Amino acid sequence: MLVLGIESSCDETGLALYDTDRGLLAHALHSQVAMHEDYGGVVPELASRDHIRRLIPLLEAVLTEATCTRKDIDAIAYTAGPGLAGALLVGASFAEGLAGALGVLTLPIHHLEGHLLSPLLAAERPKFPFIALLVSGGHTQLMRVNAIGDYELLGESLDDAAGEAFDKTAKLLGLGYPGGPALARLAEQGQAGRITLPRPMLHSGDLSFSFSGLKTAVLTAVRNGLGAGTQAADLAAEFQEAVTDVLAAKALAACKANGMRQLVVAGGVGANRRLREKLDAAFSHFRGRVFYPELALCTDNGAMIAFCGAQRLLAGDAPVVGTGTFAIRPRWPLADLARPVLTA
Amino acid sequence: MKLLAFETSTRWISVALWCDGACLERREELPNSGSEHLLPWAHALLAEAGVALTQLDGLAFGAGPGGFTGLRLACGVTQGLAWGLDKPVVPVSTLAALALNAGDGDIWTVLDARMNEVYSGVYRVAGDTVSELSPPVCVPPGQIAVSPAPTCGGDGFISYAEALPRSSFIPDLWPTAAAVARLAAPALARGEGLHAAAAQPLYVRDKVALTTAERLARGGVR
Repeated sequence: MLVLGIESSCDETGLALYDTDRGLLAHALHSQVAMHEDYGGVVPELASRDHIRRLIPLLEAVLTEATCTRKDIDAIAYTAGPGLAGALLVGASFAEGLAGALGVLTLPIHHLEGHLLSPLLAAERPKFPFIALLVSGGHTQLMRVNAIGDYELLGESLDDAAGEAFDKTAKLLGLGYPGGPALARLAEQGQAGRITLPRPMLHSGDLSFSFSGLKTAVLTAVRNGLGAGTQAADLAAEFQEAVTDVLAAKALAACKANGMRQLVVAGGVGANRRLREKLDAAFSHFRGRVFYPELALCTDNGAMIAFCGAQRLLAGDAPVVGTGTFAIRPRWPLADLARPVLTA
Repeated sequence: MKLLAFETSTRWISVALWCDGACLERREELPNSGSEHLLPWAHALLAEAGVALTQLDGLAFGAGPGGFTGLRLACGVTQGLAWGLDKPVVPVSTLAALALNAGDGDIWTVLDARMNEVYSGVYRVAGDTVSELSPPVCVPPGQIAVSPAPTCGGDGFISYAEALPRSSFIPDLWPTAAAVARLAAPALARGEGLHAAAAQPLYVRDKVALTTAERLARGGVR
């Protein structure tokens, strides 16, 4: 079965073709980062306008790369939520129209389920059950993943997501948008510990996170004149150290509390080198193992959506075929996701 | 000539099937979204007429101006269908479709653009053809001092009744999928249909956000 995946929940348009026998055949991505840069953040209306320009060219690119035609597509998986309403609607409308034309079924996919399962696209993959640390610009969550569609939220950020804290701190240091990766690069030149920042909720005894206080601490430091020159680099290094300390400690705690030794890391912050170093060190000591998606699949992408759709099909999920009724879910708690329903 | 048309630029959502001059339409007032209905309505109309999707010569949609989300709903569904069927698309002006519904004569069409602005355009209707006398613009209603045509219509005259000058007002005029189809059919016959990827919304309001530099210039913060 060939599944087309469409992702358009925020500022990246991603399309991919996943074959249940042959694996990932092609994926293509257009990032809007450069477009939103001038605005200092994602402008939802501009994001939607760009998605609707990109879908067909990207679709044609993946079909060419996979040497397939439109008639080879057996199902269309698309991100139905959570995300920006207008952006989601573009992908959903196109997917449903296309499915109607091709007479194939659609699979509305939860964006975070896509991220959660993305490490399963790698050559070496974890086995169910495992713990997942989902860290991106929109989410910081620890989940227990028992099987496809069977997810348990263990803890999440009470305020800012980790990636959001990275971006906001970068903005305070004048690193532009999106500043997360720029902040990580600046941190390489500095030394953590010269300036001290708190490790929020490190000893809270639960699996919750909070990063907005850390951002405020950076703001205070910047106001005290520590936001320039080598001190800015030291501040960036300390900030990165604080965030990754908390993420690594809680991820380890989540595994221990659930008697598990496999951790899956997904989302854009999962690409952070310092986070990977800490997790690898902590889990090697613990005789556990950390699985990461390929770097190209850490950000939003269509491959994870196609893959997720394929897994749901294989698990026996039987979506309603052919009615063409659809709705997006900009706010969609992952806990609401149903397990695949086995039908005769 | 067989074509399917979608119109979702206002709170009136409609789908029409044009079959060699005859037109079937489904239309409802749905202020929040039409996504649940568009494709089921299309399938129902096709079944009613005994036409298969593959028999269509092309597709059409109300391209704008109008609510951005609605424009993209119709555009996205149309693009998907058209690309999947490998058929051409005719984007149709929503104000021209509204004008067609008024019948023969010159008409000033105005749709509420929110944020204290209106989409305004002037059209001449003669039978099944609509010519544009003044292209759509997005302006504050107070900027238009004199009615540019003897008749007028559109929800802009309800939302901004005080601010807009008025000529002979025709109530309850909306862009409809049937009007979109009527305007698209001859264009499609003339070979003016576009490849699905080229079929894009016509927003008219193009400035939707301020850049950081513009915000700073206006005394804002980073």
